[in-house]
Amino acid sequence: MAKGMVVIDVDRCKGCGLCVQVCPVGILQLSPDAFNAKGYHPVMVTEMEKCTGCASCARICPDVVFTVYRKKRVRKSA
Amino acid sequence: MSVTVNIPADMEVVYEYPRSMNKVYTHYCPGCPHGILHRLIAEVIDELGIQDRCIGVAPVGCSVLIYKYFNVDFVEAAHGRAPAMATGIKRTNPDKIVFTYQGDGDMAAIGTAEAIHAANRGERLTTVFVNNAIYGMTGGQMAPTTLPGMVTTSTPMGRDVRLAGYPVPMSEILAQTKGAVYITRQMALDLPSIVKTKKAIKRAFMAQMADLGYSSVEVLSTCNTNWNMSPWDSMVWAKEHMVPTFPLGDFKMTDEVRALKVR
Ligand SMILES: Cc1ncc(C[n+]2csc(CCOP(=O)(O)OP(=O)(O)O)c2C)c(N)n1
Ligand code: SF4
Ligand code: SF4
Repeated sequence: MAKGMVVIDVDRCKGCGLCVQVCPVGILQLSPDAFNAKGYHPVMVTEMEKCTGCASCARICPDVVFTVYRKKRVRKSA
Repeated sequence: MSVTVNIPADMEVVYEYPRSMNKVYTHYCPGCPHGILHRLIAEVIDELGIQDRCIGVAPVGCSVLIYKYFNVDFVEAAHGRAPAMATGIKRTNPDKIVFTYQGDGDMAAIGTAEAIHAANRGERLTTVFVNNAIYGMTGGQMAPTTLPGMVTTSTPMGRDVRLAGYPVPMSEILAQTKGAVYITRQMALDLPSIVKTKKAIKRAFMAQMADLGYSSVEVLSTCNTNWNMSPWDSMVWAKEHMVPTFPLGDFKMTDEVRALKVR
């Protein structure tokens, strides 16, 4: 099971590609064929199972495209 | 387009849209750091819980429409006059948190006097100063911050320092004023530097909340459109070429500012 997950607001994306450069597991790419409503090739996730929920993509994105989720930490009982 | 996504019950949100930003599209070019910096400021305003008390002053430059993007009060100043307008607002509303957002054309050319005097008077203001070494909005002309030899639309042979002088070190200058309490230069050119820049912006806002004096965060940025580079390449270029001319660091930090607990 994936540790993290991102939700992409496709129509906000301007296809700048900054997130593609910083994702530590390399699962982001610009859609080669699809266009969004603004006419850009928006970002897409290739293998969501590999997402760590690190939020690197969200922290470099100029257009607040990403919402990032991560698995809740289960507290170890003493 | 509205999409419904099922979030597994064992997942929690670690990044979501800042409350202090309006849910609209910005007019910035793809990959422009203005968007990153707007987001960082909005996150800081959210985290400090000052959304209702904040008043921004917009500049002239590419970020002239910034007031549309923030869910906080804003006014628009004439080119370079944001610190003067902010001074009036802060003095008549001392309980508000007032910040200016200015480009290098706005702050280091036409608005140099206003910026230096606001700092020197120790106005309780915060400035986010975005230095992309160029006039972005008007088509990429030379700014006072343009690097020696840098080609712009008004220096097609490169900036000749004999004719046009040297890049203006705004933060170094502001740090000389007694009224300034926190003057720093950061960059928003990769992930670690973006995280550091956010912390600096937070410290600058906190300095104002503690009524300490003037604070300014200069942020080295890019203009990929007028530099004719891809967004990522422009960031790599700026790290390599801008940082030697505009060294990073805190040029002034009083003991009170240093003592602020910035989380
Ligand atoms: C009084 C006045 N003079 C000149 C201009 C033209 N002008 C508009 S934006 C600008 C420079 C903006 O550059 P900068 O502050 O670096 O912001 P950027 O666009 O790069 O973000 C100039 C000279 C103006 N709008 N008003
Ligand atoms: S949260 Fe981290 S791992 Fe997941 S897509 Fe974004 S950058 Fe990649
Ligand atoms: S012209 Fe330059 S500074 Fe202006 S929005 Fe485009 S990339 Fe950003």
